[in-house]
Amino acid sequence: MTNKEKYEQVFITCFSLEKTALNDELVYNSLPEWDSVGHMAMITVLEETFNIMIETDDIVDFSSYNKGFEILEKYGIRFNST
Amino acid sequence: MDFFNCIDMYGEAVAVIAEDSEQISYKEFLLIADEIKKHLYERSLVFCICGNNIESIAGYIGFLRGSVVPLLVNMHTNKEALKNLLRLYLPRYVWLPKSMNEDISDCEPVYYYGNYVLLKTSFTSSYSLHDDLALLLTTSGSTGSPKFVRQSYKNIMSNANSISEYLKINDKDRYITTMPMSYTYGLSIINSSLLKGASICLTNKTLMEKEFWRLLKEHNVTSFGGVPYIYEMLKRLRFSRMDLPSLRTLTQAGGRLDKELSLEFATICRDKGIRFFVMYGQTEATARMSYLPPEYAILKAGSIGIAIPGGKFRLQDENGNTINESETIGELVYEGDNVTMGYSNDCKDLCKGDENRGILKTGDIAKRDNDGFYYIVGRKKRFLKIFGNRVNLDEVESMLKTAGYECACDGTDDGMKIFITLKDSPKEVKHYIIENTGINQVGFSVICVPKIPRNNSGKVLYSALQCYGGSLV
Repeated sequence: MTNKEKYEQVFITCFSLEKTALNDELVYNSLPEWDSVGHMAMITVLEETFNIMIETDDIVDFSSYNKGFEILEKYGIRFNST
Repeated sequence: MDFFNCIDMYGEAVAVIAEDSEQISYKEFLLIADEIKKHLYERSLVFCICGNNIESIAGYIGFLRGSVVPLLVNMHTNKEALKNLLRLYLPRYVWLPKSMNEDISDCEPVYYYGNYVLLKTSFTSSYSLHDDLALLLTTSGSTGSPKFVRQSYKNIMSNANSISEYLKINDKDRYITTMPMSYTYGLSIINSSLLKGASICLTNKTLMEKEFWRLLKEHNVTSFGGVPYIYEMLKRLRFSRMDLPSLRTLTQAGGRLDKELSLEFATICRDKGIRFFVMYGQTEATARMSYLPPEYAILKAGSIGIAIPGGKFRLQDENGNTINESETIGELVYEGDNVTMGYSNDCKDLCKGDENRGILKTGDIAKRDNDGFYYIVGRKKRFLKIFGNRVNLDEVESMLKTAGYECACDGTDDGMKIFITLKDSPKEVKHYIIENTGINQVGFSVICVPKIPRNNSGKVLYSALQCYGGSLV
């Protein structure tokens, strides 16, 4: 699986989503599943998936699906689709 | 005098800070509150659809000052549940966000303030309100249960007084909201802060959002409260490494914080010079019944502490006899002026007087140590606390049964297990439960079993269910 696929899978599993829901509009609080409780669970799954430890500032800055790419890149996760 | 009538004296001091950072003085705040109340008849019932915003809190205080009885409903309550509550309680007015206006049919707008509108409903009230009745609060806020707690003016005043006394709240304090105001713990923070001229920074942002921490720093917030799950989040956010110099007091209630986490926060707070209060309460006792003084937070970690000023605890055995020995388990019974009048299930119950007479059997099983500190060890009633929400297991079972699912519910706080049979889809059940409780799915696991084990008379054998474990669906 590519990093992008892994990332997508975390959202699909944590928030019970279809792949089509993974877009610009997927932001914190845009669905009932993505509240503070869901956020914490999702962060934990991301950390396990990519074997990283996300810093506090990044946890609270992780405000959207798109923003997540940017944040994970800081931890050396590459999403280039080549 | 009731607190909401004596806070005028704080004049120019800041009462609330709105989410856009506008600071509103007590004087301005009470002008807003009193303007709202002018548009309602005294001793009428109003549904106050709350969020952590200036409109809700000004409405609430205005209603109390105008002898109008508010029933607080969280603005995220699902539409069907709200409709059901309207049908059962027939309120004369509804105070709600303009955006929800169309959810209420047959009514006439009588006043607007900010993003809120006051609607006069078409219900013809054929019920009366008891003179002592001040406020109606839900016990769960989640299952859409019509069961509300009837709180009197004396209850609210007495509890706000006790809380502000042991927390030593003063006009230098500044709270930030971390819970909905329709939730008893959230509301008690608002009441006890206003009583002492402290200020409240209003936000619907959560600890998982950058904006929350920005507000906390910008407004030099001194205190906030949290249910156990908030402490899990704080731990996850490595609170120990955060630099928050204005923070002086943290409180915890809304469910049992496990001993380890309690000890961890007691230690972190000691090192940071923050007072850490573990507390215990129920909506049936207005809010608060006990607190653990911060100087004992480490030594007595895991304890709910001692009764609040003006209150008394005792333990009772199965025959109703008081247990005098320490380290002996019994039902925790509380006595005090904050024990509420009783429950209501619809508007016909609102004429009822005080049914509890100052005594509350908490339904919690506890023990007392040799130094007089209390510890909760179990529960008599079948309910769980999920992210601070009280969720009655039998209510969930009957809700699911009505929806056509055969099931049995069990589990632990923050982890309900719903056992269903192979004929039903776990995904569907999970969807149904989150839709109807508004609680995050992380709090539930659905487990398929071949058959719900029952005894000869059809009662579910919960102990037999435990062998099915909890593989997540």
